[in-house]
Amino acid sequence: MLSTLSTLLLILPLLAAGAIALAPERLSKWIATFATLGVFAVSLAFAWGFPGWTDGSIAPADAGIPIGLGIQLSLGADAVGVMLILLTTFLMPLAMIGSFTAVKERLREYYGWFMLLEAAMLGVFLAKDAIVFYTAYEFTLVPMYFLIAIYGGADRRPASIKFFLYTFFGSMLTLAGVIYIAAQNAMAAGEWTFDLARLAEFASSMSPERQFWVFILLMAGFAVKVPLFPWHTWLPLAHDQAPTAGSVILAGTLLKLGTYGVYRIALPSAPIGGVELNQLLAVLCILGIVVTALICWVQHDVKKLVAYSSVSHLGFCMLGLFSLNSIGATGSVMYMINHGLSTGALFLCIGMIYERYHTKDMDQLGGLFRRMPVWSFFMVFFTFASLGLPGLNGFIGEFLCLMGCFIAEPNSVAGYPGILGPWYAVVAGSGLVLAAMYLLIMLGKLVWGPLKEPHGAEPHGHGHGHGHDHADGLPTDLSAREIGILIPLAVVCLAIGLYPKPMLEAIAPSVEKTLAAYPKHVEKYVRDGSLVKPAESKDPTVALAQPADSIK
Amino acid sequence: MTILASSPSMSAKLALIAPEILLLAGAVLVAVLGLSRNASLRRAVPLVTGLFLVGSIVVSAIVTTPERSVQAGLLMPMLGGYAKALIASIGLLLVMVAGPSIDRRLEEAFDSGRAAFDPIRVMRGEFFSFFLLSIAGTMLIATTSDLIWLFLALELASLPTYVMVAVSRGTRRAQEAAVKYFFLGALSAATFLYGFSLLYGATGTLELQEMAARLTQAEYIDASGVPTLAMLGAVLAILGIAFKLAAVPMHFYAADVYEGASASTTAFLGFMPKIAGVLALMVLLPVFGDVGRTILVEGQSVTMPWLPAPIAAVLWMVAVLTMTLGNVGALLQRNVKRMLAYSSIAQSGYLMIGLLSGPEAGFNAVLFYLLGYGVTNTAMFAVLASLERNGEDVETLDDLAGLRTRHPVLAWMLAASAISLIGMPPLIGFFGKLALFSSAFEAGQSTLVIVAAVNSAISAFYYLQLVAVPMLGQPNARTETVQAVPSAWPRLAAIVCGVGVILLPLGLDRLIRAASTSTEQLAQTPVSPTDDAQASATGAAR
Repeated sequence: MLSTLSTLLLILPLLAAGAIALAPERLSKWIATFATLGVFAVSLAFAWGFPGWTDGSIAPADAGIPIGLGIQLSLGADAVGVMLILLTTFLMPLAMIGSFTAVKERLREYYGWFMLLEAAMLGVFLAKDAIVFYTAYEFTLVPMYFLIAIYGGADRRPASIKFFLYTFFGSMLTLAGVIYIAAQNAMAAGEWTFDLARLAEFASSMSPERQFWVFILLMAGFAVKVPLFPWHTWLPLAHDQAPTAGSVILAGTLLKLGTYGVYRIALPSAPIGGVELNQLLAVLCILGIVVTALICWVQHDVKKLVAYSSVSHLGFCMLGLFSLNSIGATGSVMYMINHGLSTGALFLCIGMIYERYHTKDMDQLGGLFRRMPVWSFFMVFFTFASLGLPGLNGFIGEFLCLMGCFIAEPNSVAGYPGILGPWYAVVAGSGLVLAAMYLLIMLGKLVWGPLKEPHGAEPHGHGHGHGHDHADGLPTDLSAREIGILIPLAVVCLAIGLYPKPMLEAIAPSVEKTLAAYPKHVEKYVRDGSLVKPAESKDPTVALAQPADSIK
Repeated sequence: MTILASSPSMSAKLALIAPEILLLAGAVLVAVLGLSRNASLRRAVPLVTGLFLVGSIVVSAIVTTPERSVQAGLLMPMLGGYAKALIASIGLLLVMVAGPSIDRRLEEAFDSGRAAFDPIRVMRGEFFSFFLLSIAGTMLIATTSDLIWLFLALELASLPTYVMVAVSRGTRRAQEAAVKYFFLGALSAATFLYGFSLLYGATGTLELQEMAARLTQAEYIDASGVPTLAMLGAVLAILGIAFKLAAVPMHFYAADVYEGASASTTAFLGFMPKIAGVLALMVLLPVFGDVGRTILVEGQSVTMPWLPAPIAAVLWMVAVLTMTLGNVGALLQRNVKRMLAYSSIAQSGYLMIGLLSGPEAGFNAVLFYLLGYGVTNTAMFAVLASLERNGEDVETLDDLAGLRTRHPVLAWMLAASAISLIGMPPLIGFFGKLALFSSAFEAGQSTLVIVAAVNSAISAFYYLQLVAVPMLGQPNARTETVQAVPSAWPRLAAIVCGVGVILLPLGLDRLIRAASTSTEQLAQTPVSPTDDAQASATGAAR
């Protein structure tokens, strides 16, 4: 039953894509809407029947279908994966309904690519085989590339190319890392497999130098996708240029592919590498938090501001994961989900403004509360969710991430020995203050103050517009459709904020399993100062090129 | 003659090359048909060519048996089965691409009565005759047992292509390309022939199997454990054969020749000489190396790596330079054919990785990769061959701008094949790369994989242009004049190949297994010349 549902999760969007390709163009949006709603229903059924909520196991556990080269088509997820699946399937219909008025041409391709994108994203979270994972992970680039390049803003072509090349470059190295592990495993075990569990088990027994370099290879792709600090430059551009629904999905789910990859593949496969590079990665996270928060401060374009805030927020998320204890990692997973909800919602809100005023420039817009009180309510609500107001969803994850980082000191009194510690948390915490500042400044400009609208422009559909395109049929304030999109998001944000306990309880066993190998390595690292002998780790090719002992 | 025919080895060899003999007969028939006064007979030339190719697939499947291969004394006994089927299948698609374009203007003139039939001017028969001859030569390489055979097969594969380039279209650039191609081809032939002669001098035999056996014997090896003269010969042979692959340092002709020839001929050049070179290296390299082979050095048994160090070093450098120069060169091109020429150079670099990774996993990966490459390459050139601008080939990227609006199917096929060449899963190109990278890691070639991974990322930049320009570009005044050619065959080939790029991975397991049959018997091949008892024993063991 469960395996049927998991297959259905992948097949349904693909079938919908086929249907969209064949059906008349005017039906595209309806097919997409109903298909995504159907997928959401299937994912709810999947989550309902999912047995791994309490023990961190991966389900369904069936063996896959071998398709050659050692690849097995096998689907299954742990509790974290199921939550991210729910996030994806929840956001998709909202993004589809949110596109009804925004997209007017090449509808068939638009909705068709979104269907393929959904299938690919669900494939990542459902993969139990490294190549299935990689296939889905990498294939998300193609739909997103087309969505940005066809439906994006004025600079869409460079943005889409940068997006594609940047992430492709990283993930080629990830692929090399995955194949390296599989090849070593094949030489030791005598048969090729890409089963994630077996690869992780084998890889974590490799020599420290190999784990070190494999971790770097694996992280190369995920760090770009997350994105970690110096490799984030593709993201603001892509966000800025992407159509609204593209931004929602990009922020909501696509970035989570990176964090999920770190969680599911990089950390469990090469624990020694993870420990060895822990401090460096944490510093990158913190740099990302602070630097991009400062960048947010000087933005004039509200969409870019939210895009940079994504980078800053994902810094928290990764910092939680890199604290290498279950508190931080649980917070990190919470953060993944909450960031998807609140940032996705913010992008929707901004998209609604853009559809009306055709600008995202905060210097041209202001005091919109006077014009659009309903919109303003949601904007303020999701901004607060995003900056981590207690009682809304953002707070839980942020708090746990920082706490995980804070207590992860070598001689932890809390019983979670780690390599980071209070100083990391304190510096990262300054990002919270900065976030509050730039987000409140944004609200102050956009929502409050005297009304300011682009010169000569008034919202579409507003009776006094001169020479404007009224065909949009958009009312001055939000339409019932738009409110209908935002309400479910707001309800979920509030619900998670008020009662996160069931989620936290479901996440904890899964992350503990993922991080099971870490305490002993952390302990050794704290004692010896390093797990990899520095002399031997100078040259990557030497470490990687040594043939397996078994072959000699 | 009676002695030869009665030897089991010779009769097995003759039986094994039955497909090539069939193609030879086809070449003669096609050449005559092409001169016929009857227009419908002339029009049937591509069809007959295709039929002979199908026939050769069938014959090859019948005659390629393990017993015969072992009897024939081949170093890579089972290489023929898969390789010949692949060559002929891609050949079929190439016939579809090239069929209608050759002599099109002339035939139109004959039909409309503007010109009287003139057997001197018609080229279609010659073109397809040479087409079949080149394919026959390429196939022959797979069942090579000695150096003379290898040389003749390589030349049979190459010589017709010079003519094909020259007659492919009536422009002077085609002539120029053909001359360039011919002289450089002759240079490369001289290079590898010189290498072959050194090999003969070093070992005193032309038989590959015997040569492999002698290279393990102490009397042919220097004190250092390396047969120096043979190594020199091998390196020269490899560099000469690199020309067929368009691998660095013998790559420089590719862009000019690809640009000069018509799109349909370029499709042929992109695949046939390449697989010819790969097969030649596949039959040649095992002479020098074998997994787990032991040799006696000063009375001690030493396990040799696959390929001795000098050859491995040369191949390694060739691979890295080929990948990198190919991809960087392609970045700079605005002319689609030149871009694809550099792309095919880069692809050769990837193939070298597999050749370096050993005769089992590595060769299997290469053969599988070639399938994906052949289909994708044909798809791209089929799209180009389906379009024309004022009766000429479309050449620059600008000609393709906004192709989607007027020829959506072609644009999609071009995009699909470009995305496959990037190595994007789940298209066929990705699985080829996966197989190559897997085998390379297994062989300890980690650095090569990292270089290839970085190169793949570089290549994404220009392949993306082949997606972006037709799919996203705006049609302009220049593209208004781009039209589809009247014949539907190239379009059909583009669709078949484009759909193949997407659907072939569904048969991944079977294709991989088919490719791996090519090398499976290698371990059982007796190193000494076979006698009947051994041959039948090996055959029975299967």
